[in-house]
Amino acid sequence: MAAITLDRLAHSYLPHPSAPSDYALKPLDITWRDGGAYALLGPSGCGKTTLLNIISGLVAPSEGRVLFDGTDVTRMPTEHRNIAQVFQFPVIYDTMTVAENLAFPLKNRGLAKAEINARVHEIAEMLDLRGDLNRRAARLTADAKQKISLGRGLVRSDTAAILFDEPLTVIDPQLKWELRAQLKQLHQKVGRTMIYVTHDQTEAMTFADTVVVMYDGGVVQIGKPVDLFQRPAHTFVGYFIGSPGMNVLPATIEGRVAHIGSSSVFLADDYPTLPAGKIEIGVRPENIALKTGAEGLPVRITRVDDIGRIRIARTVFEDHEINVVLPEDTPIPTDPRAVPIADRVHVYADGHIVDASPVRGHA
Amino acid sequence: MNKPFDNRAWFLVLPVFLLVAFSAILPLMTVVNYSVQDTFGNNQFFWAGTDWYVQLLASERFHQALGRQLLFSAIILLIQIPLGVLIALCMPRKGWTVSLTLVLMALPLLIPWNVVGTIWQVFGRGDIGLLGYTLNRIGLDYNYVNNIGDAWVTIVVMDVWHWTSLVALLAYAGLRSIPDAYYQAAKIDGASRWSIFRLIQLPKMKHVLIIAVLLRFMDSFMIYTEPFVLTGGGPGNSTTFLSIDLVKLALGQFDLGPAAAMSIVYFLVILLLSWVFYTVMTRDENERQGGAS
Repeated sequence: MAAITLDRLAHSYLPHPSAPSDYALKPLDITWRDGGAYALLGPSGCGKTTLLNIISGLVAPSEGRVLFDGTDVTRMPTEHRNIAQVFQFPVIYDTMTVAENLAFPLKNRGLAKAEINARVHEIAEMLDLRGDLNRRAARLTADAKQKISLGRGLVRSDTAAILFDEPLTVIDPQLKWELRAQLKQLHQKVGRTMIYVTHDQTEAMTFADTVVVMYDGGVVQIGKPVDLFQRPAHTFVGYFIGSPGMNVLPATIEGRVAHIGSSSVFLADDYPTLPAGKIEIGVRPENIALKTGAEGLPVRITRVDDIGRIRIARTVFEDHEINVVLPEDTPIPTDPRAVPIADRVHVYADGHIVDASPVRGHA
Repeated sequence: MNKPFDNRAWFLVLPVFLLVAFSAILPLMTVVNYSVQDTFGNNQFFWAGTDWYVQLLASERFHQALGRQLLFSAIILLIQIPLGVLIALCMPRKGWTVSLTLVLMALPLLIPWNVVGTIWQVFGRGDIGLLGYTLNRIGLDYNYVNNIGDAWVTIVVMDVWHWTSLVALLAYAGLRSIPDAYYQAAKIDGASRWSIFRLIQLPKMKHVLIIAVLLRFMDSFMIYTEPFVLTGGGPGNSTTFLSIDLVKLALGQFDLGPAAAMSIVYFLVILLLSWVFYTVMTRDENERQGGAS
């Protein structure tokens, strides 16, 4: 078990990177505590797999260091790092039985037969694979195979961290839920550091205590699932998390009023010192109501999607699309206006969130 | 959904049936016809029954040719399959050298068979051939025309030179289809180089290797042109393989009845051995499927 520290870590696949865009992974500093459950969340090509491969030692970073419990492992080969990795597609040794698959890492490390047997049975019990121990691994279903891949990591008692690279890609939707829940339970039982790479927000949110959101080679926000939802640190996080994503509208800020086009909305705080750059406001569809009156933005409804539990109104205000989540059984007013909840409106400068003035104006 | 069913669809496969009938079945039946009759000039045919078959199966000449043929195929498979796999493992996996290697590997496969025979016939000559001359100069008594051992070695080396590429390219294709994750997982599991070969690479190459073994077996079992050009079946009859013997019988002696019987037996031997190879190599898989059901 180990805490993992990334110290000024950066990686470029080019030999002589110069511009920031040359980096697959932009410089970052992160510390992951021992025994934590983390998710790396981001779209394809954002650098999350590169980061994972650097931690496992399959890729050597071009800059910075990786520390396991304070020990520099940056140049240490994979097999000496004591990490386990579960890949997108199940990797099993076709010619072996399930038991032989699970025993393989221990056999390679020269453990005694009795000890290997005991460990294999313990892990098989934990993963619900006991009945299959003597079957050929190649005969099992994809989810059982993924469990074997995971088991080969768990079977070693010295595993520092278990890394998951989109492990549920090939699993049927129904089993996905079950496996995800089992993984979560397993984490609580074994208490190992687990890092889970995915582009699926539901997977990240259910598995992890802390989610690291990546975008274009950089980390844009690290936080608890609820923080990512309620206070996205970057407009990308707002778009990417939540369905539909956050509404982002260009605005000019004046006191506690944000002017958007010819209308305006109220803010909960003052922003006396706005940084230079493109100013936008962001508000989640869940935090907007459609009302009549003089407040808010006059919108035209283009479509209402009924997705069961809720309805989503797709509306247009001037040139901007605004999505609004309608609670059940609320009638849609004629001449509706989109009114955001003031303290759920965030202000962004060049994509990054702007903190309100220190004196908060709550009554 | 109702699948439309229409017997007229058989007309669409009719051309294929006709083609196969005219190109394979009818000629084969002609051979069967010859094999049960004795022929003389002026198209006179006399019924011979199974006489030619009985004669053939008892003939010393056929036994020897068949023995030589089996020995040759065995040597070829034992050399070319492991060597091809070894070469495939050494071939580059990325970069500009990949295409260069592929082209170089494919070159011997593109050379017509009689040219291959001619190349080696000249190459091995003691007076003007690079190989023969050099061997003789360094004191080795090499002469593929007179020495049975030298003739065999030359034919085997020639065939290895000509065909190992095919095995290597097939094995290489098999290796390339293994996702990187397998190698990464093996690294994490602390597997040795030998384990990686035995537990990942070999099982994943199995299907292409089955094809390689079958192709090389059938081809080597039917070898004709290269030894015909190189040694003409000699010295003596020492490199007279089945197909060379067959041609001597049919065109040299014009014994059409015995030659036809030999063709049929030859064909059945290839069919039988290919079936044995295939069954043995896929036995494992059938067991697996049987067990799962």
